[in-house]
Amino acid sequence: MTDLLDVERIRKDFPILTRRLADDHPLVYLDSANTSQKPQQVLDVLDTHYRLHNANVARAVHQLGVESTEAFEAARDTVASFIGAPSRDEVIFTKNSSEALNLVANTLAWATGPLAVGAGDEVVITEMEHHSNIVPWQLLTERKGATLRWFGLTDEGRLDLTDIDSLVNERTKVVSLVWVSNMLGTVNPVADIVRRAHEVGAIVVVDASQAVPQLPVDVAALGADVVAFTGHKMVGPTGIGVLWGRRELLEQLPPFLGGGEMIETVAMARSTYAEIPHKFEAGTPPIAQAIGLGAAVDYLQSVGMEAIAAHEHEITAYALDRLTEVGGITVLGPTEAVDRGGAISFELDGVHPHDVSQVLDSRGVAVRAGHHCAKPAHARFGVQSSTRASFYLYTTPPEVDALIDGLHYVKKYFRVG
Amino acid sequence: MDLNALYQEIILDHYKNPLHAGLREPYGAEVRHVNPTCGDEVTLRVQLAESADGPVVHDVSYDAVGCSISQASASVMADLLIGKPVAEAMSVHEDFLALMQGKGQVVPDEERLEDGVAFAGVAKFPARVKCALLAWMAWKDATAQVTTPLTEEEVR
Ligand SMILES: Cc1ncc(COP(=O)(O)O)c(C=O)c1O
Repeated sequence: MTDLLDVERIRKDFPILTRRLADDHPLVYLDSANTSQKPQQVLDVLDTHYRLHNANVARAVHQLGVESTEAFEAARDTVASFIGAPSRDEVIFTKNSSEALNLVANTLAWATGPLAVGAGDEVVITEMEHHSNIVPWQLLTERKGATLRWFGLTDEGRLDLTDIDSLVNERTKVVSLVWVSNMLGTVNPVADIVRRAHEVGAIVVVDASQAVPQLPVDVAALGADVVAFTGHKMVGPTGIGVLWGRRELLEQLPPFLGGGEMIETVAMARSTYAEIPHKFEAGTPPIAQAIGLGAAVDYLQSVGMEAIAAHEHEITAYALDRLTEVGGITVLGPTEAVDRGGAISFELDGVHPHDVSQVLDSRGVAVRAGHHCAKPAHARFGVQSSTRASFYLYTTPPEVDALIDGLHYVKKYFRVG
Repeated sequence: MDLNALYQEIILDHYKNPLHAGLREPYGAEVRHVNPTCGDEVTLRVQLAESADGPVVHDVSYDAVGCSISQASASVMADLLIGKPVAEAMSVHEDFLALMQGKGQVVPDEERLEDGVAFAGVAKFPARVKCALLAWMAWKDATAQVTTPLTEEEVR
């Protein structure tokens, strides 16, 4: 591999990567699509915040309150510039991607006027969505008597766009799709779908949970109306997610949760609401987590998103290639590292994914087994579950080798092939 | 980590050659249980028969998709419970549940659990206990449905 990243230096930033597991096996962490590990730089910022600056935000005049508020709002600036948001006010902090997607689907259910979704209207998703980008739209369409439709998948695990013009039509109010699939690894042609959706006046929601961690992102260039992602998959803390939305859209949507900080004024009969972003941030926000996310973004930027994307591509290509040696492996999703992210789900003939991951774990290799919150995509490929290895900026070729050795051992253990 | 404690030979045998597999007629109740975390599924049918000493488990048939532990557990359970009076089967069920929830501290009674003792090691792998219990919970549910008289609403 010709690598743009100094992975050995990067690994030193992640304390957990030196962990030894049972029987003194070194940790081989191949589950970053599930959640990423955190660098010392992020841990330090969290620690410093709680030790020196902790206070609630936006409601204290004292010095700590001012420091905490400044750090929290600075994190918003950092995230906004990282994703190319035209305005910092368009960055809403949520607790994760799921909450961001539910925020959009719920406020659309409550919206009146041109955004309202009702009987006869359609919402379009895809068969490769994470459950977090399926269920909120099922709830919306069920509640409003609208129809949920979806793009199917090709055998290679790409979106089948042949019927895009009939699927996305003048009845379509929302198109919501994943940018990079957490199961198949597919990178979807978001721009093509945005073009068609905007032709018919639909809004486009992009689940960028796996994209923002591994690709350079410019939401303005992407052209979508809403983009959701989650801090814990991009070397940030858990408990913090981001909803970016175009200002005009966010301003038209009604509030989501009611409470402190989201108001302009409250009287017993009725209230008026704060401007965005605060309109959508009721109650004490995840302050330390937002500040930690800001630190995570600083970290990723110091490494460089182009370099991270290139590394992800190389390590994925290497793993896809080595997996073919094992025998009995069927990769679900593109088998070449073209328009493909760093998550590889596969079947091993004759051994259930649970058993594969259990045996790999006994050797320190951490992968995910199950449906990866993408049951419909598994059903599409006629399987109930799969084993998934996923990579990030700290993943090395020897770790992929450990996976391959582990898979040979699994076959031996279960006497297959 | 002792993998062999988890994957006993008996478990692997039942996994490769499951007993009483497949769905059969007649049956008194059919249930479908899933493990939402991993998606393992079992559809299970129970047929009871009357005897002088009360109801007996006449047949347990099932269709299961899942890992070696959940598949083997369905096979062992069906073999163990078929032919037993329901009351005794319920008490074997309780023993197996106690074994699985015992965090590796419970010593199983081989007389009662037979091949089921092979699952003792599973109790030390908390993530796999649900796999071992999937079919057992389905059986209990199905049996309760057969033995509990229908409510008035259900009759209607
Ligand atoms: C594609 C995709 N969408 C949504 C989510 C949900 O993220 P979270 O659980 O942080 O809300 C995930 C991660 O689990 C994901 O991979």
